[in-house]
Amino acid sequence: MNTGDGGGAASAASTSGANGSADAAAPRRNSKRPKYSRFTQQELPACKPILTPQWVISAFAVVSIVFVPIGVASLLASRDVVEIVDRYESVCVPANMTNDKVAYIQNPNISKTCTRTLTVRLLGSLVPKHMNQPIYVYYQLDNFYQNHRRYVKSRNDGQLRSKDKANDTSGCDPEDKSGNAPIVPCGLIAWSLFNDTYQFTINRASLNVNKKGISWKSDREHKFGKNVLPKNFQSGPLKGGATLDPNISLSEQEDLIVWMRTAALPTFRKLWGKIEVDLEANQTITVTIENNYNTYSFSGKKKLVLSTASWLGGKNDFLGVAYLTVGGLCFFLAMAFTVIYLVKPRKLGDPSYLSWNRNPGGH
Amino acid sequence: MAGGRKKRLRFSKIYTFTCGKQSLQEEHSQIGGPGYSRIAFVNDPNCFEANNLNYPWNYVSTTKYTVATFIPKSLFEQFRRVANIYFLITGCLSFTPLAPYTPVSAILPLIIVIGATMVKEAIEDWRRFQQDVEVNNRKIKVRRDDGSFDYTEWKNLRVGDIVKVEKDNFFPADLILLSSSYEDGICYVETMNLDGETNLKLKQSLEVSSSLQDDASFENFKALVKCEDPNANLYTFVGSMDYEEQQYPLSPQQLLLRDSKLRNTEYVFGAVVFTGHDTKVMQNATNPPSKRSKVERKMDKIIYLLLCLLVLISTIGSIFFGIATKKDLKDGRTRRWYLRPDDTDIYYNPKKAAIAAILHTLTAMMLYGYFIPISLYVSIEICKILQSMFINQDLNMYYEEADKPAHARTSNLNEELGQVDTILSDKTGTLTCNSMEFIKCSIAGTAYGRGVTEVEKAMARRKGSPLPQVPENGETEGDNADTKSPVKGFNFRDERVVDGRWVNETHSDVIQKFFRLLAVCHTAIPEVDEESGKITYEAESPDEAAFVIAARELGFEFYQRTQTSISVHELDPLSHMKVARTYKLLNILEFNSTRKRMSVVVRNEEGKLLLLSKGADSVMFERLAKNGRTFEEETREHVKEYADAGLRTLILAYREIGEEEYAKFEKEFSEAKNSVSADRDDKIDEVADTIERDLILLGATAVEDKLQNGVPECIDKLAQAGIKIWVLTGDKMETAINIGFACSLLREGMKQILITLDSPEIKALEKEDNKGTIAKASKASILRQITEGKALVTSSSTDAFALIIDGKSLTFALEDDVKDIFLDLAVGCASLICCRSSPKQKALVTRLVKTGTGKTTLAIGDGANDVGMLQEADIGIGISGFEGMQAVMSSDIAIAQFRFLERLLLVHGHWCYRRLSSMICYFFYKNITFGFTLFLFEAYASFSGQPAYNDWFMSFYNVFFTSLPAIALGVFDQDVSARYCLKFPMLYQEGVQNVLFRWRRIIGWMLNGIWNAVTIFFFCACAFQHQAFRKGGEVVGSEIFGATMYTCVVWVVNCQMALSITYFTLIQHIVIWGSIAVWYLFLLAYGAITPTLSTTAFKVFVEGLAPAPSYWILTLVVVLVTIVPYFTYSAIQMRFFPMFHNMIQWLRYEGQCEDPEFCQMVRQRSLRVTTVGYTARREARTSKVNHTTQNGFHAK
Repeated sequence: MNTGDGGGAASAASTSGANGSADAAAPRRNSKRPKYSRFTQQELPACKPILTPQWVISAFAVVSIVFVPIGVASLLASRDVVEIVDRYESVCVPANMTNDKVAYIQNPNISKTCTRTLTVRLLGSLVPKHMNQPIYVYYQLDNFYQNHRRYVKSRNDGQLRSKDKANDTSGCDPEDKSGNAPIVPCGLIAWSLFNDTYQFTINRASLNVNKKGISWKSDREHKFGKNVLPKNFQSGPLKGGATLDPNISLSEQEDLIVWMRTAALPTFRKLWGKIEVDLEANQTITVTIENNYNTYSFSGKKKLVLSTASWLGGKNDFLGVAYLTVGGLCFFLAMAFTVIYLVKPRKLGDPSYLSWNRNPGGH
Repeated sequence: MAGGRKKRLRFSKIYTFTCGKQSLQEEHSQIGGPGYSRIAFVNDPNCFEANNLNYPWNYVSTTKYTVATFIPKSLFEQFRRVANIYFLITGCLSFTPLAPYTPVSAILPLIIVIGATMVKEAIEDWRRFQQDVEVNNRKIKVRRDDGSFDYTEWKNLRVGDIVKVEKDNFFPADLILLSSSYEDGICYVETMNLDGETNLKLKQSLEVSSSLQDDASFENFKALVKCEDPNANLYTFVGSMDYEEQQYPLSPQQLLLRDSKLRNTEYVFGAVVFTGHDTKVMQNATNPPSKRSKVERKMDKIIYLLLCLLVLISTIGSIFFGIATKKDLKDGRTRRWYLRPDDTDIYYNPKKAAIAAILHTLTAMMLYGYFIPISLYVSIEICKILQSMFINQDLNMYYEEADKPAHARTSNLNEELGQVDTILSDKTGTLTCNSMEFIKCSIAGTAYGRGVTEVEKAMARRKGSPLPQVPENGETEGDNADTKSPVKGFNFRDERVVDGRWVNETHSDVIQKFFRLLAVCHTAIPEVDEESGKITYEAESPDEAAFVIAARELGFEFYQRTQTSISVHELDPLSHMKVARTYKLLNILEFNSTRKRMSVVVRNEEGKLLLLSKGADSVMFERLAKNGRTFEEETREHVKEYADAGLRTLILAYREIGEEEYAKFEKEFSEAKNSVSADRDDKIDEVADTIERDLILLGATAVEDKLQNGVPECIDKLAQAGIKIWVLTGDKMETAINIGFACSLLREGMKQILITLDSPEIKALEKEDNKGTIAKASKASILRQITEGKALVTSSSTDAFALIIDGKSLTFALEDDVKDIFLDLAVGCASLICCRSSPKQKALVTRLVKTGTGKTTLAIGDGANDVGMLQEADIGIGISGFEGMQAVMSSDIAIAQFRFLERLLLVHGHWCYRRLSSMICYFFYKNITFGFTLFLFEAYASFSGQPAYNDWFMSFYNVFFTSLPAIALGVFDQDVSARYCLKFPMLYQEGVQNVLFRWRRIIGWMLNGIWNAVTIFFFCACAFQHQAFRKGGEVVGSEIFGATMYTCVVWVVNCQMALSITYFTLIQHIVIWGSIAVWYLFLLAYGAITPTLSTTAFKVFVEGLAPAPSYWILTLVVVLVTIVPYFTYSAIQMRFFPMFHNMIQWLRYEGQCEDPEFCQMVRQRSLRVTTVGYTARREARTSKVNHTTQNGFHAK
């Protein structure tokens, strides 16, 4: 906006220079005279914007004009997503065991099977809603600190990747060795692998859940070896979570791969599978849950989530609301500044603005 | 031949100096004992005993390091910084399991940082080394074994060598003078590099060796010098020389010091006694005090604050961590079983939760270490070096005539230049050129000389009237400047006198005597140029040179000096012919500060004995004979006028002496001269006093001590900028006051408070000569004067005051119990002039101001006598003028002319201050933003110490993604251009009052950082909760979350930068937007390499983030939300509460800068309240009196 002033100031400054012979003086031999360049004389052409009323108002206006549509679009995308959430960790405990849920979950003799019925409709309302495939099946854990440092560190990436390093269990303590034999995959993360299972039926017909392709491709191809087979897994005295088929290589154990991408926050979902058929509105789905995983020790919730995804992902109004709020706020600010500038034009050069004239310090 | 002529001179006969004065015997008896053990085998340095002595060679090294010591020593230097130790400790800890990140990522930045600083040290030291090489390889003639004198390098000299130093060369080591080209073995030495005194000093060899005048005579010369051990005392020397079985005592009179220069003497022979670092000058070399700027000192405080904050949040985190850990195992039941609390190590042991928590504190401190940016120090260094480069390269501070650009010798103090509150200036050589010009004289009661002094010009400008002295020829200032006198030191124009026309004046005989006195009464030595026949003079002081030159230009050409005579070409008034006259020189009564006069006794060709005398008016008028006071009234009047005009005056008088009287005087005088008692000098003075009486007044001379170019204008600008300027000078009060007016330090309407001991009661006491009572009375008197002055200053709020104090009073005023009151008074005054102050007093006053007010002081000076002051002040500026380099060598920044101070302070100082303080604020802001997101993430990871980001993201945060914009801010930012800096000097007060680096602003930036961190974290956490974040149904893992949050941080801090600066060159655009681009490029590159190295960052961008629209949308909204508050704040502040630089920006934007009247109005407002009254200013504005300068000449 104000480019060019720098140049003007520059020429003025250099000609008003005290020696005044900037042009005339032919450079002497061995002269220490600094060479003139706009860079060294700090006279580079520069843009010197200042926050004029026009700029302030138009900046706010532009922001609000851009943000409101994005906010609307985001909100619509989020509203489009159909999500069924079923919290089951309490209801699956038999009535006689509710006092000591930990004992319930730790007792291998009690059957953990639990049946739940879900209806395809909008979350929290009775509005029936059609769900288009693919429908993602998640489990959601709560109060589970996958981001705890002890937990995050407790893995060995080399061992997961290559067969040769099967004996390398450094960093996996205390789940590094079973007796003297190294555990593959070692470490707390793998050990605590989630082991609830779900079976979906609609009208007695079993609903097929695709368990392939639920993990990141880069993980399957580069981080988990194709020829690395689980060894001595869950063979210790204390059993953590799921067991792994010792005949299937790690790169195909997608539940493990998903689990080993640790979550950032203590409440997280993990992809469990994909349902690749549409679900009709108001359809009833029966889920048979093997409620194996112990969240009772740390009073964590367990939820089963069926959700579609939009271009923005799952159901979350936050972005839409944020955009609309910011857009609205900027619109308000634009209005407010317009009013202020009109009502109270600044008197130029009013000395009372100068802080040191108000309270001359030091003398 | 000049040499031959000089050879015949034996000055020791006519000078009264203490040639070969015997040192006290008791000192010499110590030779050989402890402290006096040095032995030099003169002319036999290779003998067996000499080889055993192991004295160093004459190699001098001023480097800080050698190749061997560089690594340990510079590392030690580095780790003297508290912050570096902190980083080293965290680096070491990072190798333990405590570390939240990999050791490499923690230690590498530290290595880079330390490495960079060490490279800088190495380069600086290399430069010093090169200087040493230059000095060490200078050539000197030394006697070889074969008897010839041959050139060799300085560094090859050894103790005992005999060297031959030729005219105008430096002495390569401390030498014992053996002989010189003069028969009596004297030589002239210029010691400017040692003590800053420009006058020449005389040295004389022992008589026994003075005859060794040619190369061959050293054939059989062997001597043994025993003397004191090397020490730093320049003015003492105790030793003896064993020569031909006799022992002769040696005194400082025979010692030629390294770094002083041989003058007026063809050559000298000397024996080397101290070499290399043993020389007195090297022993004196102290490492200059390391100075740190206020901004940096405050930065330290901020760092301590942040350290506290760091400890605080680490502790909070650890407490929560400990509680959570303890709960994990209760009665054998594990809570978070997936962490295996039952089988664990010390870092996470629920049974010993307290220990785990304490260890965790260390982890947390490492993790939040980003609060204390490791790169801040490096960035500051880089900025300062580049800022110094701009100072060095500034064409407006380049002095064409001397080919000297400004030179920032240290880059530490750039920003301090923007905060100067008080300038303490030397006078001679700093405000003035130290070139004397004979400009006026008063002969026989008639004033001659039409030259116009700077002061008169200033006065004329002020009054707006034509110059009072030259109304008839209508000379204007402009003409005057153009028709500069062609002869250096002579600016006398008067058609009544020049070209021999003085013979027609009424008192032509007096005029003749006057000029003759100028030509004869001096100690200068003529030098005839062989080709042109032109005569130049070498004199001890510029005043004296001016007199001889004046005499020459007026037809009394002094052309030859011999041992006993002075020859002058004179204009004979009768024949109008030039005739050669020779005056027989009988005695020289030297000048010294108590006598304040010098005289010669000569016998003219008619055989008459004449005493020719010149001296200060205070001593000369009282010595006039009754019949010699014919023109006293007029002369006094003229002298007063001259003094008013800022000129140095001397009174010229003469008398004829009768033969008998002379014989008596001669006898007493030689007795006094030859006496060896302690009061020898007093005796000489006494005898001289008896003959310097009953003089006949001839007239007075006036010599102008020329002000440097542009000094008044510069001072005016600095005063407008609210900087106090104090002058500390060795000159007498009158001269100092005159110069004060000349450079408008003293203004019209300013009330002068004089503090002096010249009161009659003190004088009466002095006569009684009771030292105790004098001191007591003096102190009481000073105290009284100060309190009175203070009362005066406090009683009136509108008047401006000037305080003038002399050196003697200063001694008392600087005593512990008085100095605070004195400082109070001094601070209350607009300007202060200390006259007759010694170098030490200068330093003391500087310290008083510095510590007493706590404000930034700047000392400026050119001579070695200013060194103390320069080193004491917060900033020392050396004038790299014609004088020695001593001041420059001990200064922080060297400029060639006083007037460059204006640009140095108002432009560079202001910019550097602004740049650096903004940069530091920004640095803390960006690191708090980053560090606080880590903390918030911790809160959601049960404070376990797991970082939210990949290790290398964190390490490179300060290196690649955010540092360059900060450095660009620190190097290039300009709030207003140089032109406006100079146009509105008041802008400078932003630095003095430290508005850009006060706590309010710093805390504001920190809060902004916290606000940004909170926004970034919670927006990311809410937007990327648990649901899928893109079409494929994938959820957000810690690596996606970290990279997203990091992207937001990079965007936010860079956009904040873009928003907070108002100066965009291409460089700014490149670094700001480039940093963001670099982040994405890094993410791409880092994600593409094998997962073994990239770990959690593997393909995180390509596979996870880039295809997800929610990632981009989130980034946009986070950036906007974080900067909208700041944007709103600055919009309001800019429009409704602009700071001074904002106002200038408005003016520029609205084009009002071109409106002179409007600018004047703004400038008027920007004047300091204390100096000029508010009402007076308004009156001035309404009456539209066009003051180009607010400072004026105060007509007394």
